Amino acid sequence: MTPDDVSRALRRVAHEIIERNRGAEDVLLMGIHTRGVPMAQRLAAAIGTIEGTEVPVGSLDIGLYRDDLGSRPTPSLDTTAVPIPFDDRTVVLVDDVLYTGRTIRAALDAMADLGRAARVQLAVLVDRGHRQLPIRADYVGKNLPTSHDERVMVHLTEIDGDDGVWLETPTQDAMRMGDE
Amino acid sequence: MKHMLTTEGLDRGVITSLLDDADEFVEVLGRPIPKVPALRGRTVATLFFEASTRTRMSFEKAAKALSADTVSFSPGTSALKKGESLKDTALTIQAMGVDLMIVRHAATGAAWRLAEWVDVPVVNGGDGAHQHPTQALLDCLTLRQHFGSLDGLKIGIVGDIRHSRVARSDIFAMTTLGADVTLVAPSTLLPHTTEGWPVATTGEFDDVLTELDVVYLLRVQAERGGASVFPSVAEYRSRFGMTAERLARLKPHAAVLHPGPMIRGVEIDHEVADDPRTLVLDQVANGVAVRMAVLFQLLGGERDV
Repeated sequence: MTPDDVSRALRRVAHEIIERNRGAEDVLLMGIHTRGVPMAQRLAAAIGTIEGTEVPVGSLDIGLYRDDLGSRPTPSLDTTAVPIPFDDRTVVLVDDVLYTGRTIRAALDAMADLGRAARVQLAVLVDRGHRQLPIRADYVGKNLPTSHDERVMVHLTEIDGDDGVWLETPTQDAMRMGDE
Repeated sequence: MKHMLTTEGLDRGVITSLLDDADEFVEVLGRPIPKVPALRGRTVATLFFEASTRTRMSFEKAAKALSADTVSFSPGTSALKKGESLKDTALTIQAMGVDLMIVRHAATGAAWRLAEWVDVPVVNGGDGAHQHPTQALLDCLTLRQHFGSLDGLKIGIVGDIRHSRVARSDIFAMTTLGADVTLVAPSTLLPHTTEGWPVATTGEFDDVLTELDVVYLLRVQAERGGASVFPSVAEYRSRFGMTAERLARLKPHAAVLHPGPMIRGVEIDHEVADDPRTLVLDQVANGVAVRMAVLFQLLGGERDV
């Protein structure tokens, strides 16, 4: 995806969040570290432009909820911040790539320890398939069919200096999606 | 990092990343449900051969907040009474299937010996007058929260340095993070030598009082012979006690720390202990978060199967 593709996809997702929730007054966006956080901030900005509603944005680190803690080096932790109590709100979890679904499972557990959301939805920039758990996204920037040995690389300017989505295959150099 | 035995030689990056994690655990401890599943299925053993209220409870609370199970060993009720050695005790506990041991012992180096004997990570919860690394980490966390950074802070550690594992741990952790440490004590309560320690020393509290950003008070340790070197409590208090009068002369932004247990009226006056500049309760609260960071660092990664 080119920088324009990324911003168009995020704008459309912002519209869908507003449409599905009949406005955004009761929405809390929770970005999952690392790239979910700037993505959530961009969605909030887009919703603000479209609706004039200021949507609160929080951040969620799922390191302590991973199901593979015993099989990888100790992860470093990032800040979890909940800007407002959300018991009567719709929480939209925001992440860059949806793959096995295990990150989202961990995020759901973390949210349950932080409060009781009225409902939880999921927004992702890329859904690359290969779910290992019964989890699906409510808002998808792009569905990207992949094979297991491929890698999806998402760049966001706030972290990586540029915007884009690349598909890396073991036999080929990284190819940016949309650059045919 | 395989064990947490000492702050001596611990590098700045390691300390900083433990404190960073501890900051996140402070947030976890403030949640409606202050518990995370990170160490589910792990068992942490506390082996305390010496009396302790806060350290042991703090470690147990930390382990439980990470969802680890805890088992504890106390010499008073154990087979130690029947003559079982430290080594046999440790190997027996290991054979039950524990994943980490926290040990406190009156003998210097006990935690190092334990670390040689067992296959699991060992955390030093205090060995004699030698080291108590998690105390130093929680002190540094408290100071970092309060001042933003330890760089350039002037810290006076006051009192019974000779018998203090807290002082020995704090000196290395605090100076590694950039603080200037001065030991304030009569020569009888200083170690025989402070050679190789990155510190200054003085016998006159009032000479340095007004320059300090932090006054770190130590308890005179009667059980290790610390009380016998002073003619009277009144004299100790007048020369080295943190009195209300001295508090009034401190810099306005200065902080007072104490590792506990405090002996009010000796090293610290009532008014000082209850003053908002005294961060003792922050230290205790931070102790749980710092110990979570240490346990998570030692047990949160790959398991040796």
